Amino acid sequence: MENTRTPWKSYLATTQTDLPVMKPFQLVPAKPVGEVFLDILSQRRFCLCLLAVLLAWISVDAAIAQSSGGSRPSALETILRWTPLIFFGPSGEVGGFLLNILVSFMAMAIGTFLGLWLGVGQISLIGPVRKTSWLVTQIFRNSPWLVLLFFFMLLLPYEVEILGQRYEVPGWVKATFALSLPVMANVSEIVRGAITSLPTGQWESAESLAFSRRQTIWSIILPQCIKRMLPPWMNWYCILTMSTPLISILGVNDSMALTQNVMAAEDRSEILIPLYLWLMSWFFLYSYPIAVLTRRLERRFAVKQ
Amino acid sequence: MVWEWFRWLAETKGINLTIFYDEWDRGRFFSGVWTTIHLSTICIILSILIGILGAWLQKSRFRIVRNLVQAYIQFFRNTPPLVQIYFFYFAVDALLSDYMGVSGGILGSYGWAVISLSFFAGAFNAEIFRAGIEAVPESTIESAESLGYTNAQIYRYVTLPLAFRVCLPALNGNLINLVKSTTIAYAIAVPETLYVSNQIWSDELNVTEMMYVMWLTYLLLVGALVWVMHRWEKSIRVPGFGRR
Repeated sequence: MENTRTPWKSYLATTQTDLPVMKPFQLVPAKPVGEVFLDILSQRRFCLCLLAVLLAWISVDAAIAQSSGGSRPSALETILRWTPLIFFGPSGEVGGFLLNILVSFMAMAIGTFLGLWLGVGQISLIGPVRKTSWLVTQIFRNSPWLVLLFFFMLLLPYEVEILGQRYEVPGWVKATFALSLPVMANVSEIVRGAITSLPTGQWESAESLAFSRRQTIWSIILPQCIKRMLPPWMNWYCILTMSTPLISILGVNDSMALTQNVMAAEDRSEILIPLYLWLMSWFFLYSYPIAVLTRRLERRFAVKQ
Repeated sequence: MVWEWFRWLAETKGINLTIFYDEWDRGRFFSGVWTTIHLSTICIILSILIGILGAWLQKSRFRIVRNLVQAYIQFFRNTPPLVQIYFFYFAVDALLSDYMGVSGGILGSYGWAVISLSFFAGAFNAEIFRAGIEAVPESTIESAESLGYTNAQIYRYVTLPLAFRVCLPALNGNLINLVKSTTIAYAIAVPETLYVSNQIWSDELNVTEMMYVMWLTYLLLVGALVWVMHRWEKSIRVPGFGRR
């Protein structure tokens, strides 16, 4: 029976409270967002509209280029010409959209590693450790990302000396570190939330089997938490990726900074809207599937609990 | 005077907090903090209105309206807020002022920051409100009906109070995030706290001190909001529902 149900209905069935006052509060829409999106795309009318707008834009664009005597390329040509630069960055350098992705990967890795320890620290039995972990978490959770970026970009040294050798620290490395701190704080909260949401029976049965506290946490509690932590963790990855263009404000050559350079170099008002929409569509195409997957996982994991 | 103590601190210890003893710096710093406060307040109010409207339109009878609202929500959730604010301030503003024949833009940077941030947070609010309204079970509404409530009364006395309490934690999280996001307005030169701090440390060359002051200011602002919202959340929560 369980398999024939839609995951949505079994989610409802499993999360009902003892008190039937309210239905569970859920941020997932009644229909998977992916399906809604596919619905929109599969509507012939919508596709025709989109196609018509695109064709109209391309033809108007070509007409404008024609009327200017063929001296200037059309907006579409201009955008396509600059696309490799904005995507891959200047040759021989790390930059462009790939840098946004690289920074998001690295900041997420560092933030998750630190946040895991901080989160376990928040349930420590040693008072000072617990309080310090709580304070650090709150500080980085409540700071604006841009303020942290300014703080670490301007106050970290621009070069380090290792074994008498001077190495320059690239701006994007500092930016990655700065972005990993709010991720750390939020992962810490996710870990703490997941641990406290586990039934107390898990702790008690581990104790009765003579597990030490460390063994209980690492081999009983945390493995069970992964399932609960994965959806919010992926959600934070999306938020982090959406925040990576902030590094352009501090002079890192990411896709946003390069887009602005292109606009300054071209100095044409008609490419502004299409170019911004083009850039936003990359972020959308990267983040949207992750968001859909997150919701699916959220629902699937909710069933098995 | 207390201010003079900070001058002494700068002269003897080298900790140069100009915003305390220099009247000009003090003035612009506090006007920056004030800008952050009213920018946040306006955006919070507008984003809640957009959220209510979005949640309402998602229940629309017309499929095209529902799809358009979904598209709006997914677009603003899955694109970077910084690119959105640039898009509004540089591209949309240029297009509209071209179209309307106004030179020099139709709205200032403050106006576009309000619009962009409100739409950004409003997209999240719409989902939050919709989820809240859906959490009110049919049976509760039916019981209200059987007690002779009219539709408007049910909405006013049953659905909304319950839905509001259920979605408050998520709403608070989003509004706190919105206040943190107002720093993005720095990018289009809205004179809020981060922007004026940057001006002050460029003029006075006290980068380190101003950094700490600015960070602390934001922590106090956001911390106060978190505290108040948390108290409010606790005081009106529905008993027997939600987290243990």
